[in-house]
Amino acid sequence: MAMHPFKNFTGIVAPLDRPNVDTDQIIPKQFLKAVVRSGLAAGLFYDWRNQADSQFVLTQPRFEKATILVARANFGCGSSREHAVWALADFGFKAVIAPSFADIFHNNCYKNGILPITLKPEETDAIFEAIKSNEDYRLTVDLPAQKVSDNNGWSAHFEIDQFAKKCLIEGLDDIALTLAHEESITAYEKNHPLTYRT
Amino acid sequence: MPAQTLFDKIWNTHVVREKAGEPALIYIDLHLIHEVTSPQAFEGLALSRRKVRRTDRTFATLDHNVPTTDRSLPITDKDSKLQIEMLRKNCKEFGVPLFDLGDIQQGIVHVIGPELGLTQPGMTIVCGDSHTATHGALGALAFGIGTSEVEHVLATQCLWQEKPKSMEVRIESKLGRGVGAKDLILGIIGRITTDGGTGHVIEYRGPVIEALSMEERMTVCNMSIEGGARAGMVAPDQKTVEYLRGRRYVPEGAEFDKLAARWLEFATDAGAKFDRSVVFQGSEFAPQVTWGTNPGMVTEVSGTVPDPSSLADATQRRAAELALEYMALRPGTPIEDIKLDRVFIGSCTNGRLSDLQAAAMIVKGRKVASAVHALVVPGSQLVKQQAEEIGLDRVFKEAGFEWRESGCSMCLGMNPDILKPGERCASTSNRNFEGRQGKGGRTHLVSPVMAAAAAVAGHFVDVREWA
Repeated sequence: MAMHPFKNFTGIVAPLDRPNVDTDQIIPKQFLKAVVRSGLAAGLFYDWRNQADSQFVLTQPRFEKATILVARANFGCGSSREHAVWALADFGFKAVIAPSFADIFHNNCYKNGILPITLKPEETDAIFEAIKSNEDYRLTVDLPAQKVSDNNGWSAHFEIDQFAKKCLIEGLDDIALTLAHEESITAYEKNHPLTYRT
Repeated sequence: MPAQTLFDKIWNTHVVREKAGEPALIYIDLHLIHEVTSPQAFEGLALSRRKVRRTDRTFATLDHNVPTTDRSLPITDKDSKLQIEMLRKNCKEFGVPLFDLGDIQQGIVHVIGPELGLTQPGMTIVCGDSHTATHGALGALAFGIGTSEVEHVLATQCLWQEKPKSMEVRIESKLGRGVGAKDLILGIIGRITTDGGTGHVIEYRGPVIEALSMEERMTVCNMSIEGGARAGMVAPDQKTVEYLRGRRYVPEGAEFDKLAARWLEFATDAGAKFDRSVVFQGSEFAPQVTWGTNPGMVTEVSGTVPDPSSLADATQRRAAELALEYMALRPGTPIEDIKLDRVFIGSCTNGRLSDLQAAAMIVKGRKVASAVHALVVPGSQLVKQQAEEIGLDRVFKEAGFEWRESGCSMCLGMNPDILKPGERCASTSNRNFEGRQGKGGRTHLVSPVMAAAAAVAGHFVDVREWA
């Protein structure tokens, strides 16, 4: 899948103040019947958005154009459905900030040019607080510098695997990268025959 | 050679290429496909004019969307029909073998892999489904991947991976009577929490694990993902060898003996080190029932619904309050007082022959409570056939269960088997997230015998008192 290079940006931050948000909540099963990657914004947090008395955060006008999501621990746990990332991307999110992510979801983010940013719990706490007191809270994401900052002097550094960082910045296509090692793959296959009865 | 774990051995024998500062490129021995996470992957291949590199290492089945009722009838849901037809079309175009509806080999992807002998010790196995961890029960490194990685494996038969850490979960002593593999893994998740295994591959070890049957090991490995771990494994032993002997895709004769000897060599060496280790006593596990909206929100059947105000951490307290609100449960309610509307026996966790046999023994000669609607969904056509040969279908039907065709069914309700809003279900599946079995549906995860007993009683009961 062709990827666009990740560009630094400044965006509105939407808060999702629950731990262990699973991918069934991010995108319920009826939306897994899609046969394309696009158009899944309609399913994003579908059940939470459509509760009768809901004032779900993403339906509030101030967050309609959010491009950064801040969440709590173990974000994206449960099913491996990459549709969860496609739905977030289709809504317009370019980065997700959390104190921790589930492994498969974290990986799926990289495959789609979405930046998962892991910060310390007290740093994410600070962002949640800032959103409460500032109607138009925005953060600037600088991937090469590995930094998120606001225009009030607050900033936080994040760690990221250097290879993943390079692939995001350069918009590298995984499959093309791999096929550059065609000879190694063929050599491996020669030494590891199939163990199935045919 | 320093002592190596099962995980180390599999990892080291599958690295195609590595370089400092980069993930390793590892080879994938077996790639399993189903209809939900593959359409965009095949589309990507077609658009970039690539082929499936190894059609002899790629096998597909239909499981998530398929109806479990008469399959000679047309599929009513048009989106399900589209995905099913797309997989048929893609498999034909790309030359991938498909176990279609009507095939005796069709079933839930993580049930058919082991039963056909496609899953073998020492292999790397991937699938676009998080419960791929199930195959680790046969001593394989098996984990779930997203659709983009499915496309990558189709095109290259490889995957870029950072090596995860290793975690030993050792179970000493013995499981009590009436306590099974499902209770064990639910109890483990309750103890290590839903992100206890994140970043790790778990190896389950100790006398309790060694004493489990192969199908019980699959139940344990299956839910590793619910504890945050990418994969869960049990070292291959003679049980593994005997399980695989004679299966459809396993070689025979002298070739089998040579393979079996190699498989056994993958077992963890004495003195091998794990990055993390936890030990539990098997005797401390009781039959489990989840009360909340993730598998870590679990307690013993003899226990009560917890009181959120007793939780110190504010975020955890709020999470528990929201869960109890969704599940319509009051703190302090005894688990055995919780009444049920539906019971589902099936899924990649507990849809195998031994699961059905155990449940059948509980219901034989008894009747499903009048207020309860109960289903049994065999995990594969082979399981269904074997169950019918020993009359399990008759036992279930006489008791008042519906006996269905194989598929994922009510585990995640992508086919017509779903809960209505507010319905409460005792389920042998693996996830109790909000809306998992149907919008507004309330899921309690339990073992097959606990589900069977609950179907008869109409509420949860301690199955140890029934044995």
